[in-house]
Amino acid sequence: MSELIRVEHLAKTYFLGEVQVPALKGVDLTIQAGELLAIMGASGSGKSTFMNIIGCLDRSTQGSYFLEGKDVSGLTRDELARIRNQKIGFVFQSFNLLGRTSALENVELPLFYDHTSSRERHQRAMEALTIVGLQGREHHLPSQLSGGQQQRVAIARALVNKPSLILADEPTGNLDTRTSLEIMDIFQKLNQASGITIILVTHEPDIALYVSRQVVFRDGKVIKDDHFQPRKAAEDLSQAPAPVEEGGA
Amino acid sequence: MNFPMTLRIALKALGRNKMRSSLTMLGIIIGVGAVIAMIAIGSGAKARIQEQIASMGSNLLIVLSGSATSGGIRYGSGSVPTLTVEDSKAIASELSAVKYAAPVLQGVAQIVFGNQNWATITFASTPEVLLIRDWPVVKGRSIIQSDVEGAAKVCLLGQTVADNLFGDIDPVGQVVRVKQFPFTVVGVLSTKGQTTWGQDQDDVVYVPLTTGQRLLFGQQFPGMVRSIAVQATGPDTMNLAEDQITGLLRQRHRIRANQDNDFSVRNLTEAMSAAEESAKVMSILLGAIASISLLVGGIGIMNIMLVSVTERTREIGIRMAVGARGRDILWQFLVEALVLSLIGGIIGIILGVGASQLISQMFKWPTLISINALLLSFSFAGGVGIFFGFYPARKAAQMDPIEALRYE
Repeated sequence: MSELIRVEHLAKTYFLGEVQVPALKGVDLTIQAGELLAIMGASGSGKSTFMNIIGCLDRSTQGSYFLEGKDVSGLTRDELARIRNQKIGFVFQSFNLLGRTSALENVELPLFYDHTSSRERHQRAMEALTIVGLQGREHHLPSQLSGGQQQRVAIARALVNKPSLILADEPTGNLDTRTSLEIMDIFQKLNQASGITIILVTHEPDIALYVSRQVVFRDGKVIKDDHFQPRKAAEDLSQAPAPVEEGGA
Repeated sequence: MNFPMTLRIALKALGRNKMRSSLTMLGIIIGVGAVIAMIAIGSGAKARIQEQIASMGSNLLIVLSGSATSGGIRYGSGSVPTLTVEDSKAIASELSAVKYAAPVLQGVAQIVFGNQNWATITFASTPEVLLIRDWPVVKGRSIIQSDVEGAAKVCLLGQTVADNLFGDIDPVGQVVRVKQFPFTVVGVLSTKGQTTWGQDQDDVVYVPLTTGQRLLFGQQFPGMVRSIAVQATGPDTMNLAEDQITGLLRQRHRIRANQDNDFSVRNLTEAMSAAEESAKVMSILLGAIASISLLVGGIGIMNIMLVSVTERTREIGIRMAVGARGRDILWQFLVEALVLSLIGGIIGIILGVGASQLISQMFKWPTLISINALLLSFSFAGGVGIFFGFYPARKAAQMDPIEALRYE
């Protein structure tokens, strides 16, 4: 396995007027390509800040960040946008789909900023929607989809540019147990089938059972970094209560 | 992101808030419409004045004979016949800045044909006078040199006179009586229309100078004429011609340096140019006032774009997260503002053209719509869109993706 992410002495301090708030206080971490890991910690532990820096949405104040061996700490806004477009897919707690825009167009969105031809855009978006099991619903609007389906559209959007890394920030935070399991199942299958690296940020220990590595943050530092055998979401899913009717409840 | 796609996204975004978009556009529509209507009114007035200047004859100078003073009472210009046919000939032949000169006698005469009669101004002059006034004959022939030499009893009728005396009959070849002398009508002049002050230029009869001298206006002062019509060689030589005429006539009339002129030179084109200038000023003024409403429309665009950027903060965050660069976001919002203003501009043009047609119908006011005015106001609308759309678009482009994503 090759090294996908390496951070060294990563620190981030927010300056709120006169007050300095350290959010990260020197984090060293290496993540191999193809890992499925969870970043855990209470709120204020620095895990979101870490996520934002890993996701090239934010820059560290100190230390260095190597993505696929390339130092990205000193890049400009535009260069970071390029990396987000090419190498990183995001999945958010609140789905963050464009309203009044079809599932298909939501999935196509990253390709808009990539000069992809309209035919190829359509084809790749359909492929991504098929992977998450939403074929036939490409013309639905987010408001016509359930929470689990919306999150699957978001995963398809994260996949469409064939990124090396998917960052999921509390992806199951707004979903019920069964739907959460379905999402975890999708992540596990993606991870195994295409070897894509997936980093979850979560504070739910239940969810963290389905990953093979848990990194726990507290007060801006990594306090625990464990590898173990993950549970299979698909197995738990088969034993879970029957699904709620689509669009019901 | 390429342009057609950006345009599609912009149209979609505007389509989501139809009411808001159309109200925002309304500002531009009214602005552009007003600019076009106002420019149309202004240039219509200008065109009418230019037409009138052209109808008087180009580069026209009139030399009038002097005023008489009798027992303390001063009569107006032309009351003393100080100009002669010889003066006219000298002006035509000796002065470099003069193209043509024609001596003119005039008076009111009753014209009779059959049981119809009509009082009109009768001019007696040489053939050059019609060249000076740029006045072609539409039927028959003009007065020619041999008519003048032979004092032929022929006349040319203005359109108004021809209509009043002859109606549908062809006047050419008919005999009319002018002050009880029979005159053969040899031709009819083309229509010139009214002067600025509403005088009908077509209510006129021309006869040869010599015929006028002998039969119509008497021989009180032999060889005297009331005025001399002069055409300068070009618009630039008008002033030179005026100076040359003054110099020549002072010399010919033996006027000493301390004496006043016994004639006066009138530059009619100059007076009309002043009227044209004021029409131009009016046109600019109207356009400027209308532009203010376009400006206000632009501020409306800016206002709505700012609201839109704030409302769509989260969308901006999402787009940035999936790889939109600042300039992609800038373009997206700029194109939206541009689409608003250009669609508004097109509707405004249609409205402005319609309004100016309506104005010319209702108030009988001439309006003139030039392609330039349309292009100008259209590009002005586009400029307003870019100018007022830029600030909100830049605000959107400079957002921090993390904060934008968190925005509720």
